[in-house]
Amino acid sequence: MSESLLEARRLHTYYGLSHILRGVDFTIRKGEALGLMGRNGMGKTTLLRTMLGLVAAREGSVSVRGQDMTGAPTHRIIRRGIAYVPEGRGIFPNLSVRENLVMAARPGVDGRCEWTFERIMELFPRLAERIGHGGGQLSGGEQQMLTIGRALMTNPDLLILDEATEGLAPLIVREIWRVIRDIHATGIATVIVDKNHAAVTAVTDRSMILVKGRVVFDGSSAEVRNDPELIQRHLGV
Amino acid sequence: MDFTIFLIQVLNALQYGLLLFLVAIGLTLVFGIMGIINLAHGSFYMLGAYAAFVLTSLTGNLFAAIALGIPLAFVFGVVLEKLLFSHLYKRDHLEQVLLTYGLILIFEELRSLTVGDDVHGVPIPELFAFSIQLSDVMSYPAYRLVVSVVCIVLAIGLYFLIQRSRLGMMIRAGSHDRDMVQALGINIKTLYAVVFAIGVSLAALAGMLAAPLSSVYPGMGFSVLIISFVVVVIGGVGSVWGALVAALIIGFADTFGKVLVPEWAGLAVYLVMAMVLLWRPEGIFRKG
Repeated sequence: MSESLLEARRLHTYYGLSHILRGVDFTIRKGEALGLMGRNGMGKTTLLRTMLGLVAAREGSVSVRGQDMTGAPTHRIIRRGIAYVPEGRGIFPNLSVRENLVMAARPGVDGRCEWTFERIMELFPRLAERIGHGGGQLSGGEQQMLTIGRALMTNPDLLILDEATEGLAPLIVREIWRVIRDIHATGIATVIVDKNHAAVTAVTDRSMILVKGRVVFDGSSAEVRNDPELIQRHLGV
Repeated sequence: MDFTIFLIQVLNALQYGLLLFLVAIGLTLVFGIMGIINLAHGSFYMLGAYAAFVLTSLTGNLFAAIALGIPLAFVFGVVLEKLLFSHLYKRDHLEQVLLTYGLILIFEELRSLTVGDDVHGVPIPELFAFSIQLSDVMSYPAYRLVVSVVCIVLAIGLYFLIQRSRLGMMIRAGSHDRDMVQALGINIKTLYAVVFAIGVSLAALAGMLAAPLSSVYPGMGFSVLIISFVVVVIGGVGSVWGALVAALIIGFADTFGKVLVPEWAGLAVYLVMAMVLLWRPEGIFRKG
């Protein structure tokens, strides 16, 4: 099996008194594409934020590339080759499009610099047209391209996308999915959180389903796709 | 008013305003980016002036004193941030005010114990210890012009640092979304320590530059602290350009207030502040 990039064991996270994560195990390996699914409030975002050190875990461990990073500060976890595109995008509206990209630039863990400013411009020609605009002046779709572009500027081995298509027009959504597929094809492992389980299972090899802070399914995406009963039970509205 | 006198007052107003700007930058950045009200900021100005006095007596030259004093102030800023201020980010304003007020007392006491409570003077460096003749009877001290020029150069340098450099981009990003900056792999703690130390260094530099102009005396940090807060409030919290404009407004209000209405001069600055806040309650420049 290839190298594990990000791994969590028996994670328990609380927000105040509410027990959000109840012993979650999580692994993603090099080059893999993983769909993380579940209804609202089941702990998907909390799981991501806990693993990245943005929320403290009460119990459990996190390791990145086989090294224990439990309790490590976020920037150190991220610097081991992870890029995070959060829900709500996290654009800096007071920085220009160019600045949003340039401020994040950094070589990858092995020193490679495949993703340059020019390559991001080729990937998102629309950003190139708006390069001098403030981040806050962009449309939702353009902001999403900007956060993905910004994530790539860090030359990651693992890209985590939390609700990357939320609230976007169908045409833009299709464009974002195409880009996600292209990025994964370059060998970057990808964790995708999205409401559209058909799209997620089509893009990913493996799927995980969270229900009330527990993993109820961890297996092949094809299995989820072909099991309407499973989808209905855990993901249906 | 005769033109030469007017010109001299304009130069004085500029010099005072620019020096105030140097002090106020640290206050507005630390308040705007880290959310900390630092009452001890005026003490850095006072410590700078005393450092200029001590180091000038040791080295015999103000410029040598400044060259030594700036790195000292920077290291002092980093140490203070790491030891004390980094614990204040998540605390409320009352606790910040209590700690930083306590620091004022500590700094004043340390100064009293080490250098004493006497008023001192620092000689103007020989290179600039001359006056420029403006008319038959009027002249202007060259050193004051030097101070203004140094401040202008620093303001331009700050513009490039904050608006053009990657460090500046990170600082501006951090003022908007601390978590996202960390999630891009940037060490926000180091970033904050650097911002804090830059603020301390500039306030100390202002004190060092002002030492030959105003003499060095106990409590010189208090008055500058209050007027710096006025600058921060008028300019808009967190805005460097706001601080520059506000500091110049205060410089002119104070200088011309003293010339035109001497008996009301103490009020001029606060009248200006009241008027600006009626017009723009958030300050001239919003945070950006």
